[in-house]
Amino acid sequence: MALLEVQGLRTYFKTQEGTLKAVDGIDFNLDKGQAMGLAGESGCGKTTAALSIMKLLPANGYIAGGRINFMGQDMAKVTGDKLRAIRWRDISIIFQGAMNALNPVKRVGDQITEPIILHEKVDEEVAMKRAKELFEMVGINPARIREYPHEFSGGMRQRVMIAMALACKPRLVIADEPTTALDVMIQAQIISLLKSLQKDLDLAMIVISHDLSVLAETCEQLSIMYAGKIVERSSSRVVFDDPQHPYTKGLIAAFPNIHGEKIMPASIAGNPPNLIRAPIGCRFAERCFMAKEICLKEEPPLVEVKPGHWAACHFVPPMKG
Amino acid sequence: MVKDILVVKDLQVWFPMRTGFVQSLVSKEQRWVKAVDGVSFNIKDREIFCLVGESGCGKTTTGKAILRLVEPTGGSVKYYGEGKNALMKDMLDDAVSKGKVTKAQADKLMAEGGLDVRSLHKHRMKKLRQKMQIIFQDPYESLNPKQSVYDIIAEPLVVNSIGANEAEREKRVIKALEDAGLRPPKDYMWRYPHEVSGGQRQRVGIAGALVLQPEFLVADEPVSMLDVSIRSEILKLMLDLRDQKGLAFLFITHDLGVAYVFSDRIGIMYLGKIVELGPTEDVVKHPKHPYTKALISVVPTPDPEMRREKIILKGERPDPSNIPPGCRFHPRCPFVMDICRKDPPQAVFVSEGHWVSCHLEKGEPVPTEAKTS
Repeated sequence: MALLEVQGLRTYFKTQEGTLKAVDGIDFNLDKGQAMGLAGESGCGKTTAALSIMKLLPANGYIAGGRINFMGQDMAKVTGDKLRAIRWRDISIIFQGAMNALNPVKRVGDQITEPIILHEKVDEEVAMKRAKELFEMVGINPARIREYPHEFSGGMRQRVMIAMALACKPRLVIADEPTTALDVMIQAQIISLLKSLQKDLDLAMIVISHDLSVLAETCEQLSIMYAGKIVERSSSRVVFDDPQHPYTKGLIAAFPNIHGEKIMPASIAGNPPNLIRAPIGCRFAERCFMAKEICLKEEPPLVEVKPGHWAACHFVPPMKG
Repeated sequence: MVKDILVVKDLQVWFPMRTGFVQSLVSKEQRWVKAVDGVSFNIKDREIFCLVGESGCGKTTTGKAILRLVEPTGGSVKYYGEGKNALMKDMLDDAVSKGKVTKAQADKLMAEGGLDVRSLHKHRMKKLRQKMQIIFQDPYESLNPKQSVYDIIAEPLVVNSIGANEAEREKRVIKALEDAGLRPPKDYMWRYPHEVSGGQRQRVGIAGALVLQPEFLVADEPVSMLDVSIRSEILKLMLDLRDQKGLAFLFITHDLGVAYVFSDRIGIMYLGKIVELGPTEDVVKHPKHPYTKALISVVPTPDPEMRREKIILKGERPDPSNIPPGCRFHPRCPFVMDICRKDPPQAVFVSEGHWVSCHLEKGEPVPTEAKTS
């Protein structure tokens, strides 16, 4: 059985102009120890999808439908103490921008031990010992445990965030843009750290990023989101070798390739649609170079185009049989 | 031969470190944060020159020091763009009338052509900045949320008293919006920054720089906050500006991938110094400095076929207040030798217009003059 099964998840936001359908019916499964990447432009709903799993939505956001089956429980329905027991113990998150996610007036050690003490009812000494082990694991000198967040550099702070996410030995870690604000060299360090931790601890991971290359290097599975929907899904390798959806093709072509020829990459013209009044047909139609009449009228379903490879486009025929 | 528009020689920006009272009793020595510590390069007419390095290497400070948004503490910055002629003549006439220089000296300076940016008085620097503009990194924070797009772009005109009346100013704002690719301009003029998308915001930032009709632009990480899918649109816009308006760029980025597809020449910066400089393709395809090699190896690629061994450097960004002796890169260098710990390496040519400072490379030494031509 899969560790996490998301079926038909819809997460909406109430706004002054109407209901914003940020996530509008997505499905995916995640096995134990598997890493999945969720890619897409800003505003495509990738972060909202992940926050829905942990039920960390802002006050005007709510789960409008679908099931989030995590270890036999429907997270969409779990509330109160039961929810609190799962959060951070079984699912944890590495937030975007470690600068803002850490409490600036608390020592990092105390921030890491807090969930350990709360969840495992151990005393401070045991928790502190664990915190030091965690520091060692993510490559920070344990002697720095009593320092404050401002004493760490950007990359080190991100390591602190990772240590914190691992504090209660979770089964599932969500990493929301874990490397976005970082330099290339630090980014490479964090990517290799995440990869080795995932392997060593047999963690399930959902990595969210707008940067396909980061996902390709960390995840075996890849889902491409556009305007609240998953438009393509397969193994990372297949998505890059044989992309089917025009949006995926566009995203890949937008990458400057330092190992290839010196040419300016293509861009995807236009902007994603307003999700308060989402278009009736294919949501990508307006920006798509292949769009025909049918795309404006009918929404293409996500179909299996090759074994294990799913895409939602009118011009990609489903697998025979 | 292509003319230079900017020549930077031994540029130095040191920030004094504050010392506590007790320490000031113990030691009189002033300590410095050497953000930029002897940087030389030139930018040719219509050229896109790219400075690449990690955060804290001094690349942004270099860009700001050229515009004197921070004051350089040493070295020289000479500007050769057309726009400086009137300004320079005015300045020299002034100096001659006050008897500070003779007519002959003034003529000689005028003939040499370079306007020494560091020597300018404040009011003249303001005039020169009309020709040298900057585009900032974060379009979410560099635009005033309480001003309409029109007001943001018209402000430089007001500040510099350009345009006799509102109608004239409006004409120039419309022109700038069009040049920045916000068409039709009327659709965007009266919006507020939160009402346009990220890519469009950066175009507003570019329009704000273009409205003064500059010749030279410093672009400080203009695409790093944008989604990958719209980055190349902004890069293409800048290429168009170069091709159609003859603008020259100093492009500052930490992303070698972007630098590679976009620039004509690259300078790799490490801890306040340029360690390798040359034509873009030459530097990326035949990197010589171990730091350049490492930077290239860690650029993530989506294509698994292209993935190769990464050289991940240990440690974080080095500290410019405590620069290691010898080669600045030696504590992180995988090929460190004894000599690297003692002597700073000389810059040597490895091919036409491509030089590197590393003890591993042998070649013709590069005199300072040659670094800037």
